[in-house]
Amino acid sequence: MTKILNLISLWALPFLILLVLTVGIVKKVPVYEEFTQGAKDGFKVAINIIPYLVAIIVAISMLRASGAIEMLANVLAPLLKSCHIPADVLPLTIVRSLSGSAALGVFSDIANNLGPDSYATKLAAIMVGSSETTFYVLAVYFGAVKISKIRYALIVGLLADLVGIIAAVWVCNLMFG
Amino acid sequence: MNYIFYFLIVISIVIGALNGKLEDVGNAVMSGAELSVKVAFSLIGIMAFWLGIMQIAQKSGIIDFLSKILKPITKVLFNEIPENSPAIGDIAMNFSANAFGLSNAATPFGLKAMEELQKENIDKKSASNSMCLLLGMNTAGFQLIPTTVLAVLVGIGYKNPTEIIAPTLLVTCIAFTFAIVLSKILQKVWKGQDLPLSHTPSPQSGEGNVTFGGKE
Repeated sequence: MTKILNLISLWALPFLILLVLTVGIVKKVPVYEEFTQGAKDGFKVAINIIPYLVAIIVAISMLRASGAIEMLANVLAPLLKSCHIPADVLPLTIVRSLSGSAALGVFSDIANNLGPDSYATKLAAIMVGSSETTFYVLAVYFGAVKISKIRYALIVGLLADLVGIIAAVWVCNLMFG
Repeated sequence: MNYIFYFLIVISIVIGALNGKLEDVGNAVMSGAELSVKVAFSLIGIMAFWLGIMQIAQKSGIIDFLSKILKPITKVLFNEIPENSPAIGDIAMNFSANAFGLSNAATPFGLKAMEELQKENIDKKSASNSMCLLLGMNTAGFQLIPTTVLAVLVGIGYKNPTEIIAPTLLVTCIAFTFAIVLSKILQKVWKGQDLPLSHTPSPQSGEGNVTFGGKE
């Protein structure tokens, strides 16, 4: 089982590239010309999102530096404890919507300090593996098309994150509790 | 977005001051600004590469094929965009790349889908229902195998790291489904942009709201 999954992870990317290029050649598509033609837009899109990324990443960095996340975690602590969430995982529940690298950092920290056998490591792994950084996706995806009225998009993202946390605790309890 | 941005910054400064961490907050402005450009620059090459691959996939009919397979699903989810819209193919590629954990590839595909959706959007500043749905699908982070997490677990000597794949998949499926259902519910109640696309936008309706059965 492990071997098969590792093989899939290893081959997913090379296979996709190989498949696209091979089908292209078979269908007599000028693959090199088309590739460079498509690649041209990469620069434009990446540059376009810079202002939006700066706004979101600066705001999130400030929030993290201010200690607000720890404060929120402390406020929520009694509530989360009653739901069987270990204290070490608390910051993760908040940070994973805000910053992908920070979430991975917190997770590595938990994993390295508490070790492979702890419940917290397993719960943290499930929480990090099952989520995407809502604020980053929002900034990049809407920034690329210059959308400023996001309507209910953030609410959906954050509530889905919350549902993800609840589901992670429930499933983890069920399997490893 | 204006209020969210303002709120995040005000909270940071006020709480930073209360905690005596104003210096850190100030430094975070600089490091955050620097980081965002680094992120964007690292995206240039990745974006260029995958958009190049995407172009080949498009010309060779792979995307049409994929769109056809996923059509029953996308037709229901993205019922507001025309069936032959190029966005459908991009959304299909975005979803597939996400599912296989190729988040580097998923972003370019997703952004291309957003651009196509924007072409069909009535109010270019405001996110359409389809755009919100696509965003919800991406923030839920659906993927079959959480590769990064597995790498960390292997690194600390976790005996059977693959045992977390099934629970993670279950959780991500729940969150993903929830995001779709919630988007579909909220698009009905949220004001601001509910013009059906088959109708031509009428310039005289200032707020952009439709008055159903409005008599002249």
